[in-house]
Amino acid sequence: MDQKTEKSNLIEGATGEWEVVIGMEVHAQVTSNAKLFSGASTEFGGEPNSHVSLVDAAMPGMLPVINEGCIAKAIRTGLGLKAQINLSSVFDRKNYFYPDLPQGYQISQYKNPIVGEGEVIVDLLGGERVVVGIERLHLEQDAGKSLHDQHPQYSFVDLNRSGVALMEIVSKPDLRSSDQAKAYVSKLRTIMRYLGTCDGNMEQGSLRADINVSVRRPGDPFGTRCEIKNVNSIRFIGQAIEHEARRQIDILEEGGTIVQETRLFDAKTGETRSMRSKEEAHDYRYFPDPDLLPLELTQGFVDGLAQNLPELPDAKRARFIADYGLSPYDADVLIIERESADYFEAVAKDRDAKQAANWVINELFGRLNKEGRDIVDSPVTADQLGSILDLIKAGTISGKIAKDVFDIVWTEGGDPKAIVEGRGLTQVTDMGAIEKAVDEVIAANPDKAEQAKTKPALAGWFVGQVMKVTGGKASPQAVNTLLKQKLGIE
Amino acid sequence: MTKLTDLTIAEAREGLRAKSFSARELAEAHIDAIDRANDALNAYVLKTPERALEMADASTARLKKGEGGALEGIPLGIKDLFCTKDVRTTACSHILDGFTPTYESTVTANLWAEGAVMLGKLNNDEFAMGSSNETSHYGPVVNPWRRKDSSVKLVPGGSSGGSSAAVAARLCMGATATDTGGSIRQPAAVTGTVGIKPTYGRCSRWGIVAFASSLDQAGPIARSVRDAAILLKVMASSDPKDTTSVDMKVPDYEAAVDRGVKGLTIGIPKEYRVPGMAPEIEKLWQQGVEWLKAAGANVKEVSLAHTKYALPSYYIVAPAEASSNLARYDGVRYGLREKGADVISMYENTRAAGFGAEVKRRILIGTYVLSAGYYDAYYLKAQKVRTLIKQDFDQAFETVDAILTPTTPGPAFALGEKSGDPVEMYLNDIFTVTVNMAGLPGMSIPAGLSSEGTPLGLQLIGCAFDEETLFRAGRVIEEAAGPVFKPQDWWSKR
Amino acid sequence: MSVDRATVRRIAHLARLAITAEEEARLEKELSGILDWVAQLDELDTSNVEPMTRVAAMTMKKREDRITDGFCAGDILKNAPMADDHYFVVPKIVE
Ligand SMILES: [Mg+2]
Ligand SMILES: [Zn+2]
Repeated sequence: MDQKTEKSNLIEGATGEWEVVIGMEVHAQVTSNAKLFSGASTEFGGEPNSHVSLVDAAMPGMLPVINEGCIAKAIRTGLGLKAQINLSSVFDRKNYFYPDLPQGYQISQYKNPIVGEGEVIVDLLGGERVVVGIERLHLEQDAGKSLHDQHPQYSFVDLNRSGVALMEIVSKPDLRSSDQAKAYVSKLRTIMRYLGTCDGNMEQGSLRADINVSVRRPGDPFGTRCEIKNVNSIRFIGQAIEHEARRQIDILEEGGTIVQETRLFDAKTGETRSMRSKEEAHDYRYFPDPDLLPLELTQGFVDGLAQNLPELPDAKRARFIADYGLSPYDADVLIIERESADYFEAVAKDRDAKQAANWVINELFGRLNKEGRDIVDSPVTADQLGSILDLIKAGTISGKIAKDVFDIVWTEGGDPKAIVEGRGLTQVTDMGAIEKAVDEVIAANPDKAEQAKTKPALAGWFVGQVMKVTGGKASPQAVNTLLKQKLGIE
Repeated sequence: MTKLTDLTIAEAREGLRAKSFSARELAEAHIDAIDRANDALNAYVLKTPERALEMADASTARLKKGEGGALEGIPLGIKDLFCTKDVRTTACSHILDGFTPTYESTVTANLWAEGAVMLGKLNNDEFAMGSSNETSHYGPVVNPWRRKDSSVKLVPGGSSGGSSAAVAARLCMGATATDTGGSIRQPAAVTGTVGIKPTYGRCSRWGIVAFASSLDQAGPIARSVRDAAILLKVMASSDPKDTTSVDMKVPDYEAAVDRGVKGLTIGIPKEYRVPGMAPEIEKLWQQGVEWLKAAGANVKEVSLAHTKYALPSYYIVAPAEASSNLARYDGVRYGLREKGADVISMYENTRAAGFGAEVKRRILIGTYVLSAGYYDAYYLKAQKVRTLIKQDFDQAFETVDAILTPTTPGPAFALGEKSGDPVEMYLNDIFTVTVNMAGLPGMSIPAGLSSEGTPLGLQLIGCAFDEETLFRAGRVIEEAAGPVFKPQDWWSKR
Repeated sequence: MSVDRATVRRIAHLARLAITAEEEARLEKELSGILDWVAQLDELDTSNVEPMTRVAAMTMKKREDRITDGFCAGDILKNAPMADDHYFVVPKIVE
């Protein structure tokens, strides 16, 4: 068993344990205005064939000219993956015929990619950590889209996506479970969103994964792999791997052998299936695209990009743990989106960071999740949440009231301080008034007061009653102190 | 008075400026000549007389105002490889049946911007693959030149056979052409015209139907060195739409024409003295040497050691790139579509019906040499041989300013004479192809007549981006050879 | 280096060219002839030679990341052998 595998990752078969080995090719759409080799828009949607230039439609005599913005973003991503940046790289043609591939070839990078080896640290929420090797990152064109289910005899081809820039990020076969694979893709997504190089929008196809799956007995050499094409959600990635691993194990346990092939994941059944158009072995006839010169970059250009990188997720995570004393779990949750991390830091500034983390993770994220909203359009701003925390700290409101205030700000907006004052939510700190309430409650419950002397746990019940009487506005600390005195609890 | 169609571009330019005749008259003279000649010569695959007259009238209007560009009112023919907006462009292939571009190639746009007038689209070998113009879907072009006392139809060379024939037969004042392995220079040589393939990168390839991207280059065919200079100056440009076009100012080539060769050193590559070279070619070559010497040039033998490998490596590189460039002709977005039971058979039937035999042959060779396991042995090897060929030239150009060779191994051959064996046909490009492999400029100048009475050309090869020296030396040869390069008109219907 | 009939068939399919049996026979001969002829390159040792990538030292031109093109579906579809509702139409593809 290799080090990447924790015992818990092994899959129990009928004849013993199996280990799944996963490598991924993630296709990430570069966030750009225009396509990789043309000036047509990359905007999602649009009338069919409207975001298409003569170059994208491969009209006779058309020539590609590279988009420098895409080059810069590929390098930024490479830097974010701590990868080797190749100052000289080459665009090749990958030749094959398909109606949504107008040129009859895809311009890609084969032998000399723009980015070489790197690594990604993946922390699973359960505390497991995997370091996934990156083999390479290269730039290539996306294909168009064919609709197959509109007509019994025909397919319909829309070239709007044709020529959109993709980064293909190829991992080493370092993943050992579907959870690791899911966490890996999430982490890639996080890194690229931090860098602004891919929006990670999986519904719109900005991030798709080809998954290579094989199984073996722990300690054995790699088994024969199958490639599952174009899986477009994190959940599906997990399902596809689970299903494929189980399928392979079943075959092997029944004495069969795995045939190397390309498979499709069917989201409806949660299964993978062999592609029906099982073509003859591919022969892509790669060769350098003679329409393009080699891509040569200067170290200065790369250094300039490196200097302008934002703080990346790993560094931020480490800082959150070290500087704010957060738990690794809280740090992981907060850094997934750069906007969440920024939000947290704005709330935590000059305040109790753990309390800030609790509020952001539990109250804010909880509510956002429930309502399917994004941190960037949170109805409660970091300033507003910060001032709610300030009101707690000043003793103006209790934690419970704070939640009510949070709810008011969420639904109605407004300044928390003004809301608290305007609606009389201020905590009662007048000891006379609190003492009166305490006395009332004790007087009304003489039996319980008697019991409390021997059963101090009953104090909690009395606190609740007093809070009820005071409409939740009494300072819990004051109530506690007074109750202990009056009930004679030490 | 000389017939309007006999004028050179330089002469017509003066005549138009002096209002000796109008642009419309000049266009009409050519339209008439085309109408009378095309049945016999088949140089034009599409005539655009209305457009020509419209453009000519616009030229007249500009000339009247004292405006007008460098080619104002000059009627030209356009090889069918150049995409012309709203004018059918097929590369003379069935597979581009009826294709009408919505865009204009950079080179032709440059011509129109300087006032040139389009007479129509000129025939060529299908996708520019051929050396005799016999592979065109529209049938072969006939060379206006005939052998002495013979009416045997001769080829006009290829692939720019329509261009060379039209210029030689006075069916346009000049023509655009393209050259991947000799397709400007070889047809120019066998029709008694001047053709220059500039340095790779000089003219934009944008909007020209691609054959082999790393070799293709546009250039003019004209009736004089000066005319070629005038045309190239306008055709050449730096184009942001073509990554391989060079960012360099285009010199005033016409200014170089009369500068002479005094003090220049001309190299004679010994490897071009191929075994079995026809004595009359050998003699012509020697004559060229004498002319240049007489004009004050020094002549020196040089070695281009890898010359013999140029043609075989060309027949790897060019088909390989072509096999990929021609993949876009699939019946989906434009051109021919043949029915098929499914997409794959639709492709296969369309491409089988749309491409001719020579194109198929090259697609298959190209597909083979790029296929799994063969890339290194063929394509990569051939690209390495190119480096060696280029190094030979670099070395030679350390001591010489230009190189003189014959353009072709012989004069125009008869239609059908060489179409049996592909390799035999390929050998026509033996002297021209090295220039494409190294990306250098090369020019063919009519230099004499063969024993059959048909034209022969000499080729000048220059350093990268030094077309000016070619115009200088080319003019010297042109002047020495004298004005004998006009075929007898046998083709015009009365 | 010569090619056999099966190879001709294989590359014809790779190149999406339907060929008849008669063409197969002719191509087998022609392609073998061409390949025999180019085999003279084997005489050259190119192990220490870099492949040629350009005529003159120049850096690749690049475009800015700006939208300068597209929005011309009419032009894109103008020459289509078959189109419907701004889509190109092809015989049904089975995956
Ligand atoms: Mg891949
Ligand atoms: Zn890819």
